[in-house]
Amino acid sequence: MGCNGLREIHVSDVTAAVKRLCISANCNVPRETISALKRAEKAEESPVAREVLKQILENHRIAREEGVPACQDTGVAMVFLEVGQDVHLVGGDLYAAINEGVRQGYTEGYLRKSLVDDPLFKRMNTGDNTPAMIYVDVVPGTNVKLTVAPKGGGAENMSGIAMLTPAAGVEGVKRFVVERVQKAGSNPCPPVVVGVGIGGTFDRVALLAKKALLRPVGSHNADPTYAKLEKELLAEINKLGIGPQGFGGRATALAVNIEYAPCHIASMPVAVNLNCHVGPHESVEL
Amino acid sequence: MVIEISTPLTEETVARLKAGDNVRISGVLYTARDAAHKRLVALIAEGKELPMDIRGQIIYYVGPTPARPGMPIGSAGPTTSYRMDSYAPLLMEHGLKGMIGKGSRSQAVRDAMVRFKAVYFAAIGGAGALLAKCVKASEIVAYEDLGPEAIRKLTVEGFTVVVVNDIYGTDLYEEGVRRYRIG
Ligand code: SF4
Repeated sequence: MGCNGLREIHVSDVTAAVKRLCISANCNVPRETISALKRAEKAEESPVAREVLKQILENHRIAREEGVPACQDTGVAMVFLEVGQDVHLVGGDLYAAINEGVRQGYTEGYLRKSLVDDPLFKRMNTGDNTPAMIYVDVVPGTNVKLTVAPKGGGAENMSGIAMLTPAAGVEGVKRFVVERVQKAGSNPCPPVVVGVGIGGTFDRVALLAKKALLRPVGSHNADPTYAKLEKELLAEINKLGIGPQGFGGRATALAVNIEYAPCHIASMPVAVNLNCHVGPHESVEL
Repeated sequence: MVIEISTPLTEETVARLKAGDNVRISGVLYTARDAAHKRLVALIAEGKELPMDIRGQIIYYVGPTPARPGMPIGSAGPTTSYRMDSYAPLLMEHGLKGMIGKGSRSQAVRDAMVRFKAVYFAAIGGAGALLAKCVKASEIVAYEDLGPEAIRKLTVEGFTVVVVNDIYGTDLYEEGVRRYRIG
């Protein structure tokens, strides 16, 4: 504890944690996702789809036991921090420390480097998977919660955003979300996890959808009306018939997670961000 | 039932494969993604020779993770295929017989498969750890500067895929969804 009541955390601890989480998240598919995949395998009607789910579960077991990335697309490193306002980060630049953790994790952990420096003209690989996409929230308290969520390109490319009018209502939201998943088809490696953001502004709604994917598969929004909408959307999506890998079947999605925020009287933004059946993320408290 | 095939693919082998078939491939796969395809197609346009003979061969759309010491390859599952759609027909015209990736292809690619008698297989996306077990050897053939996007020659055994598009114009994604869609 510093003399002014602040808790000091050295940024090298952040580097070490980011490095460890980059490697671990890519090799360890979340337990809740595995359970959902097992349930989907039992419930699946299509024999081809059952075989696919069996192989996916086998893949995730090998990845965990042998410390191999579950998917070769080890993604862009999304790093979310919740920093207690009574924390004093010392020893250097926080963002540089995070990127150093990504660099070490992706290099020493034999993860794929999938970032280009310039999106349009040069598209040169940066060589160490930096920079990370970093989001920091300031919260009460003296802790730092760190989440690393590697995000693959296949599922990310199938995301979408719509600035609906309030008149579109629940039906408008449902139609947009289901259509997104339908259009995505086999591309995001179904069974998918569907992150939905509703409300906020154009920029905020995309972040809500992404943050919804950080919630464990099988959890529900604390608000019962949104929890009900999550269940209804999941049922609708699983009628599409896309199934595991798009070969046809029941399990198109494992979960729909919704996060919402207040918005302008004239607006109703909706965003969909998809995760594949790997959908890695892992957190730690410093 | 699982059909065992080996590379290079012959006309007879390709003719035998039907959408929905489970197939195990043994032999050689060449890896290539967006950037490598761009270069291959540019070479053809300039009338130059390709770094490998693609006649009868299969291209696998993959950018693996780096191999750990002593391993032939890292995690090695398929990448999304539609990004290669604008390049694929020209390669088929020059003798390519198979492609492995994930996700559906454009109508132009599907037409080219019927015309040039080539097959599109899907491997399970996100099963990179499992698929890597079928890779016995890997060597870089071209474009090392592209890192994970370099062209590699993979020697595989029992590499598990499903036929999505056969030479008769059938598409597994369409058939599958039609069968299991409700309402
Ligand atoms: S969508 Fe997910 S499982 Fe599929 S290739 Fe990308 S990261 Fe891997």
